[in-house]
Amino acid sequence: MTALLSLEYKGVKEIVGPLIFVEGVEDVGFDELVEVITPAGEERRGRVLDVGRGFAVVQVFEGTQGLSPSATRVRFLGKPLSVPVSTEMLGRVFDGLGRPIDGGPEPFTEDHRDVNGLPINPFARDYPEEFIQTGVSVIDGMNTLVRGQKLPIFSGSGLPHNLLAAQIARQATVPGKEEEFAVIFAAMGIKHDEAHFFRRAFEETGALKRTAIFLNLADDPPIERLVTPRVALTLAEYLAFDLDMHVLVILTDMTNYAEALREISAAKGEVPSRRGYPGYLYTDLATIYERAGRIRGKKGSITQMPVLTMPNDDITHPVPDLTGYITEGQLVFDRELFRKGIYPPLNPLPSLSRLMKDGIGEGRTRGDHADVSNQLYAAYARAQEVRMITAIVGEEGLTDVDRKYLEFADYFEYYFINQRPDENRTIEQTLSIAWDCLSILPETELTRVSEKYIKQYYRKGKAS
Amino acid sequence: MGRIIRVSGPVVQAEGMRESSMYEVVYVGYERLIGEIIKLEEDIATIQVYENTSGVKPGEPVEGTGMPLSVELGPGLIGSIFDGIQRPLSVIFEKAGPFVSRGIHIFALPRDKKWPFTPSRKAGEKIRGGEVLGYVEETPLVKHKILVPPTIRGTLREVAKEGEYRVEDLCAVVETPEGKTVELPFYHRWPIRAPRPYKERLPLSEPLLTGQRVIDTFFPVARGGCAAIPGGFGTGKTVTLHQLAAWSDADIVIYIGCGERGNEMTEVLISFPKLKDPRSGRPLMERTVLVANTSNMPVSAREASIYTGITMAEYFRDMGYDVALMADSTSRWAEALREISGRLEEMPAEEGFPPYLASRLGEFYERAGRVVTLSGEIGSVTIMGAVSPPGGDFTEPVTMHTKRFIRALWALDTALASMRHYPAINWLISYSDYIDVVENWWNERTGGLWKKYRVEAMKILQREEELKEIVRLVGPEALPEHEKLVLEVARMLREGFLRQNAYHPIDTYTPPEKQFYLLKGIVDFYYTAKRAMDRGVPFTKIKKLPVIFEIMRAKESIPNENLDQLKEFFDRALQEVQALEAGA
Ligand SMILES: Nc1ncnc2c1ncn2[C@@H]1O[C@H](COP(=O)(O)OP(=O)(O)OP(=O)(O)O)[C@@H](O)[C@H]1O
Ligand SMILES: [Mg+2]
Repeated sequence: MTALLSLEYKGVKEIVGPLIFVEGVEDVGFDELVEVITPAGEERRGRVLDVGRGFAVVQVFEGTQGLSPSATRVRFLGKPLSVPVSTEMLGRVFDGLGRPIDGGPEPFTEDHRDVNGLPINPFARDYPEEFIQTGVSVIDGMNTLVRGQKLPIFSGSGLPHNLLAAQIARQATVPGKEEEFAVIFAAMGIKHDEAHFFRRAFEETGALKRTAIFLNLADDPPIERLVTPRVALTLAEYLAFDLDMHVLVILTDMTNYAEALREISAAKGEVPSRRGYPGYLYTDLATIYERAGRIRGKKGSITQMPVLTMPNDDITHPVPDLTGYITEGQLVFDRELFRKGIYPPLNPLPSLSRLMKDGIGEGRTRGDHADVSNQLYAAYARAQEVRMITAIVGEEGLTDVDRKYLEFADYFEYYFINQRPDENRTIEQTLSIAWDCLSILPETELTRVSEKYIKQYYRKGKAS
Repeated sequence: MGRIIRVSGPVVQAEGMRESSMYEVVYVGYERLIGEIIKLEEDIATIQVYENTSGVKPGEPVEGTGMPLSVELGPGLIGSIFDGIQRPLSVIFEKAGPFVSRGIHIFALPRDKKWPFTPSRKAGEKIRGGEVLGYVEETPLVKHKILVPPTIRGTLREVAKEGEYRVEDLCAVVETPEGKTVELPFYHRWPIRAPRPYKERLPLSEPLLTGQRVIDTFFPVARGGCAAIPGGFGTGKTVTLHQLAAWSDADIVIYIGCGERGNEMTEVLISFPKLKDPRSGRPLMERTVLVANTSNMPVSAREASIYTGITMAEYFRDMGYDVALMADSTSRWAEALREISGRLEEMPAEEGFPPYLASRLGEFYERAGRVVTLSGEIGSVTIMGAVSPPGGDFTEPVTMHTKRFIRALWALDTALASMRHYPAINWLISYSDYIDVVENWWNERTGGLWKKYRVEAMKILQREEELKEIVRLVGPEALPEHEKLVLEVARMLREGFLRQNAYHPIDTYTPPEKQFYLLKGIVDFYYTAKRAMDRGVPFTKIKKLPVIFEIMRAKESIPNENLDQLKEFFDRALQEVQALEAGA
C-alpha cells in the first residue's frame, strides 16, 4: 500500500561506495526507508542518511554494485525501516534484513516494529540481579552473568569463542526455575562454516525451535550488517517485553559491524576519529548494547552476549575499547592460555562482570562467593608477577610463599579455568574447585576472605 | 516561523529564521521536537535537536520560543531524575511507558504539588536579586530557600503568608526602581549556558570529606575545588563517583549520568533511598538530584546535560549550601560536542574534536568554586568529573585539556583494577594540589600529626616501587632484611588502608579520625618493627606475627564509631612487636 502512495524518482546523480545521491526529491524524511530498483529490475533497500531541499543521501543495504545513475529508480516509503515480529519467528532462519531464507513460509505477523527501537527510560529499568548459571567455572565463579546483563566476549582470530558462546547458549539456566526462554542469534559477516556450527549446536540440543537466526554472512552485503543486530533486537524486545520471555541475544561479530559503519562514514567524507572509525561509533554501539536489560513490571528480560574479535589481539582497538565502555563487563580470551591447551582460554584478569555483586552471595549462590572470587583475582595477579620474576631469577630466588603462588597458578589454570566444552559445572562444584586452589596458599595470604569462610572452607596443608 | 531545509541526524537547518537569536529554544517540525539554535547565518539557523529526528522532512515548520535553553529552579528538584534538558523521567514513564518517545513536553517541577512555605521577608522591605524570600522544607535534609531571581531588585509590595503553595502560586510582588511590578512565583528559570552570578569568589579552605581513604588522606579535594578521575573502561570511575555521591559531606549532591549506562542510574535510584547519610541518618536520596542522559538517548541532550546539572548546582550554592557535582562521563560530553561539530562541518583540531574543546572544558570547571552569594552567605560547588580516555591513553585530548583545569587527579590504573585492588587509584601518579588548603583542617584534629604521617606513608609506597624493580632483577630473597620489611609494610598499607571495598558495609565509608588512626597505626608499626630489627629481631619473626593479618583487616573488622577500640588494638599490636625484642 505504501508503495502505491510513495513517489518514484529517477534522479540518481552520483554513486559513492554504498551511498547514492538523489536529486529532485520532495517530501522525504530523515531515516526513511527507501526501495532502490536496479537496472536489472532487482529491488534493494536503503535508508535516508541526510536530506535537504530537493536532495537526499541514501545508504543502500545490499550495496551499490550494478547500479548506474541513469537507469536506477528510487522509491521513498515514508516510514523508517520496520520489521514484522512474531513468536513464529522462533525456529526459523532469516537474512540480515529479517527475510526468511530457510525455504519456509513468511511467518504470521503479530506486529510491525521500527528496527531502531526507542531508548529505555532509565527510570523504568529494573536492576538485573538474577544469577545465570552457565556451567563454566571462570564465568560463574569470577565473572558471573546475570539476567538482563550485556556481557561481551573479546576474542581473537582463531580462538574458540564460537564454542564458548554455543556452550553458554546450551547450558545457561537460572537454578530452580523453569521459564519461557528464547535465543536470538545474529551473525554479522561471519563465515558459512561458523554459521553452520551454531545451527548444528542449536539443533543437537533441541534448542533450535526456541531460536531465531539472522544471518548476514561474510559474502553478504556489508552495509546490511548495520541493520542485522537491530532486527534481532527488535524481535528480542517484542518477545521479552510484550510476551514475558527471557531472551538471550548473541551478536557476532561486532568488529565486522563496526567496519561496515566505518565504510559508510568514509563514503560520506566524514572526519574520522581513531583508526578511521567515525566519532559516533560509541553512540552507535550504545544504541545496540543498551537494548538489553529488565523493565519494571515486566517479567521478561534481554541478556546480550556480543562477540567480537580484537584485531591483532589488541584490547585498545576502538571496537573492543568502546564496547567495554558500554557493556557491563567483558570476557577476554587469551592466546597464551589457548596455546597451553586451556579451554575456555579466558583470562580472568582483564575480564569483569559489573553486575556480579548483586547476583551472588547468600541466598543466590553462596555466602563466600564474593570473597573467593576476589581472592582468586588477587592471587592469580600476584602469581603472574611471580612468574615474571621466576623467568629472570629462577625458582631459587623465590620465597617459600612465592613458590606456593606458582603452584597455585598452575593448578588454577588446569583445574579451575580448564574444563570440557560439554562440561556443565554447578556453582557448588565451581566454588569447591576454587577452594582447592586457594588451599594451596598459606592462610595468611587470604586477606580478601573473611575469617568465617576461611574456617568453614579452607583445607590446611592441601597437597596438590 | 521558519522552514526546515535540511535534516542530518540531530542537526537541522532552517530558513526564515532572521528574527531568532543564538541559543534560542525552537520547536522543530510537526511533532514540535525541542531544539536549540547553535549557529545563525543571515536567515539560516542551524539547530541541534534534543530528540530523535527520524522522519522529519524539509519543508516542516520551525517555531521560535524567544527563550534560551533554561532550567526551572524551585521546590521539587530534590529526589528527582531528569533527562539532559530537565524533563522528569518519572513523568515521562507515567505518560509514555518504559520507552522514551519523542515530542513530550512537560514541566521540570511538579505543578500540582503543594509545599509548606515560611516567609522570612516582609512587604515594604528593599530586596535584591539572589536574596531569600522564605523557605520550604523540601525534604528533612533540605531547607529549600526561595530566591529572588538574580536579575530582579526593588521593593517588596507583597509576600506570601505562611501556608501551602504550588510552585506557580504567587510568592512575592516586587516593585522595581523603574516602577514596574513583577510577580514572582515560587520558582524561576535560568539559562543553562550562563553561570549564575555571585558576590565574590573566596579562597578554598576546607576539605570535602568523602569517606574514601585514598582520596581524603592522600589526594583530597577542597570544597569548591575540581577533581578529575580518568581511567579506562571498568577501572572504577562510576563506582568511585557513586561512592562520592553517597558519602561526601556536602549538603546537596547533583549526579549527572552523561552518555553512560541506563542500569547505573537505576542502581542509584534503587540504592540511594536505602543508604543513610552518616551524619543525619536520613536516606541519601533526600539531598540528591539526578540527571540521566544515557548513551542511547539523543546526543545533543547529552551535550546539554552537563549545563543542566551545573546550573542546578549553582542554584543550591546560591542558597548557601555546599554542593558536590559528579559528571560521569565528561568524555561523552566532549564526544557529543565532536559529533555536533562534525555535522556542522567545522574544522577539527585533535582527533576530530572541535578547536573549542579546551575552552568549553575550562568554562565548565570554572563554574566550580566557593563564593559569597548574592544574599551574603557562603556556598560552594565542587566538581568531580570522570574522564574516559580511548584505549586508556591519558595523552588523548580530553584528559590532557581537563588536567589544565582541575587540581586533583585521581588516576585509575588498569593493572590495579585487574588484581581487584579497588579503588584502582594509582597512588604514584595521582596528585592533589589541595594539600596545603586542607592541611590545617586535618592538623587541628590530629594534634598536628596528619601531614607527617601522610608523608611517611607515601615514602614507604614510593620505596616499594623502587624495590619492586630490584626484585624483578634479583628476586625477593636477595633483598636485605630492612627492605623486606618495607615491602611488607607497603603491603599492609595497600591492603589495610588504600584498598577500600565499596560493597562492604563498614569499609564503604571511613570517617576522617578512623582514617588517621589506621594510617598512624601502620606507620608506627613500621618504625617499631624497624627498631626491633635494629635490636636483632630477624624479619622472619616479624613476618610471622599474626597481628599483621589483623592490622590489614582493622579497617573493616573494627566498627567506624569504635575509635578507642582501634587505638587499643594498635597499642596491643605494637606491644607484640616490642615483645619480640625480649627474645632477641
Ligand atoms: N571501590 C570499589 N569497591 C569494589 N569494587 C569496585 C570498586 N570500584 C570498582 N569496583 C569494581 O569495578 C567494576 C567497574 O567499575 P566501574 O563501573 O566504576 O568502572 P568505570 O571506570 O566506570 O568503567 P566505564 O568507563 O566502562 O564506565 C565495578 O563493577 C566493580 O565490580
Ligand atoms: Mg562508568
